[in-house]
Amino acid sequence: MNASPPETLLAVADLKVHFPITKGIVVKRQVGTVKAVDGISFSVGRGETLGLVGESGCGKSTTGLAILRMLDITSGKVEFEGEDISAYDRGRMRPIRARMQMVYQDPYGSLNPRMKVADIVGEPLVVHGLATDKDKYRARVAELLKMVGLLPDMAERYPHEFSGGQRQRIGIARALALEPTLLICDEPVSALDVSIQAQVVNLFMELQERLGLTYIFIAHDLSVVRHISDRIAVMYLGRIVEIATRDQLYKDPLHPYTQALLAAVPIADPEIEAGRTQQIITGEIPSALRPPPGCRFHTRCPKAMDVCKTVDPPMRERDDGRAVACHLHS
Amino acid sequence: MAVREVAALDVGVDTSAVTPVRRQRRLGGLFVASVIWIALVGLGAIFAGLLPIPSPTEMDMLGKRALPSAEHWLGNDVLGRDVFSRLIYGGRISLTVGLLAPVIGVTVGGALGMLAGYFRGRFETIVTGGVDVLLAFPPLVFALAVTAYLGQSILNITLVIGILGIPAFTRVARAVTLSLSEREFVTAARALGATHSRILLRELLPNVALPLVAFFLLGVAVTIVVEGALSFLGLGVPPPAPSWGSMIGEGRESLDIAPWLAFLPAIFMFLTVLAFNVIGDTLRALTDPRPGAL
Ligand SMILES: Nc1ncnc2c1ncn2[C@@H]1O[C@H](COP(=O)(O)OP(=O)(O)O)[C@@H](O)[C@H]1O
Ligand SMILES: [Mg+2]
Repeated sequence: MNASPPETLLAVADLKVHFPITKGIVVKRQVGTVKAVDGISFSVGRGETLGLVGESGCGKSTTGLAILRMLDITSGKVEFEGEDISAYDRGRMRPIRARMQMVYQDPYGSLNPRMKVADIVGEPLVVHGLATDKDKYRARVAELLKMVGLLPDMAERYPHEFSGGQRQRIGIARALALEPTLLICDEPVSALDVSIQAQVVNLFMELQERLGLTYIFIAHDLSVVRHISDRIAVMYLGRIVEIATRDQLYKDPLHPYTQALLAAVPIADPEIEAGRTQQIITGEIPSALRPPPGCRFHTRCPKAMDVCKTVDPPMRERDDGRAVACHLHS
Repeated sequence: MAVREVAALDVGVDTSAVTPVRRQRRLGGLFVASVIWIALVGLGAIFAGLLPIPSPTEMDMLGKRALPSAEHWLGNDVLGRDVFSRLIYGGRISLTVGLLAPVIGVTVGGALGMLAGYFRGRFETIVTGGVDVLLAFPPLVFALAVTAYLGQSILNITLVIGILGIPAFTRVARAVTLSLSEREFVTAARALGATHSRILLRELLPNVALPLVAFFLLGVAVTIVVEGALSFLGLGVPPPAPSWGSMIGEGRESLDIAPWLAFLPAIFMFLTVLAFNVIGDTLRALTDPRPGAL
């Protein structure tokens, strides 16, 4: 993809994560497979932000967790800083964990309610044996809190004393403690009030500028990722259906699903607002347990053709660097 | 809170709502009374030997079923032993067994439950299976078998009741651990590269401990009743050592002429059990003070 900067930090190739569904307590019997992520490929350049967008349940979190190797990869390759980590075990992942971290969706569930903020933010340092000098440790925790816009004297408090936005800042500080290069942000603002969302997104952008971070920024709609993303990948039922630079995607979405997602977003620019076609998708998202044959989106697609019902459209890279998986654009 | 300058980075410092939202918790009079009662019984049990009371086993053949007097505050029992003294020393046994037996349950059951809830898989299947087997075993038969083979002693009674309590603690610990393990803070710890033991001890244990302590106190109450029942049946602490249960059993024979001989230990046991239940319930309510805490 010509839109990505020259140096690739993360390359994901044909990644699949399938969850077996088992029945029975003593003798387990597999009764099905949830194909949460079913063959996705993308790469992220150093310092870049890739937005990952799709409806709830389409496999965004699974993708993030698989990259972090928190889940077993069914097949495919994850290459981080040139190292193929897709088969690494717990022990071999340990040093890599310092370089790729995650910010979680739930501001309430992601912080241990029985730990003080200082212990939460300092935990990565302790886990990686960097907390030997007490003074340096405390100074680093204070620095991290300051970096995310919290006051150092909040360190001695417990998470429940903070608002949702502040809790996410605590989670960000924890993720930054080991100075990672890649931050996977799994819907970090979805649980926050709209007024707070912008503040936290701005914090992410400022941190990126200051620390040279690379983001995979996950969201369930296209409004949140607009300002932060360089490129955006749109996911549907375990697949990436379109990947393009932000401007390409918002000005000229190719995949009917992208168009539908975009139609759900209010756009401030009247020129674009007037020019876009309204396509609100209807119907339930099909189960990842039994995805539709052919194109997975054909059951809800307003432009579905006969071929869509039987032939799964491959991801096609176009001359302008973007890629789309749709029979309309093959 | 004083407004501070944060010069490093203009990231829209978010200092709103930092005032703790601690809810004012009123500890009821019942709770205070319970704590006082337990403290009295506990102090009596610990310092029984130093108190100016008669020996609990010395029989005064002339003072059988004597009424309360300056010398014998609550009178004497069938064998002329000081009732007040026996109640104090009986508390020693009830509390010893009552506290030690659940300690066995909470440590063994707590550990098994946490490991099962965290690691899942085959280990969990084995643990839950073992718990079901232990629950299906008739407790009285188990108690009879152990005391018959190993003899009646405080240690054996404690062991029997302790082992019988393991399944309940295992279930509580496993259920709490299961729901906690799905929380993102556990995922976050794993993503940091934390070891299993660190996650179990630093992340999970502090969250499992409080519900377990509340359950422990209820376990103490149940154990005191069970110990009383075993002693009442003659399966408990061997005579002449006083236990509330055996005192009730002995008093049963003179219910018609001296009903207080059975009622006094019964009241002591009732109040102690009630007090532990009240404290346990209060703690359970306190450990769940906010939505989303556990
Ligand atoms: N551990 C798991 N076992 C079985 N199914 C799972 C598991 N985790 C996620 N799934 C399923 O995988 C699909 C994708 O989930 P997820 O990645 O969380 O979606 P998203 O983050 O996009 O909302 C969903 O259908 C979900 O039910
Ligand atoms: Mg998700």
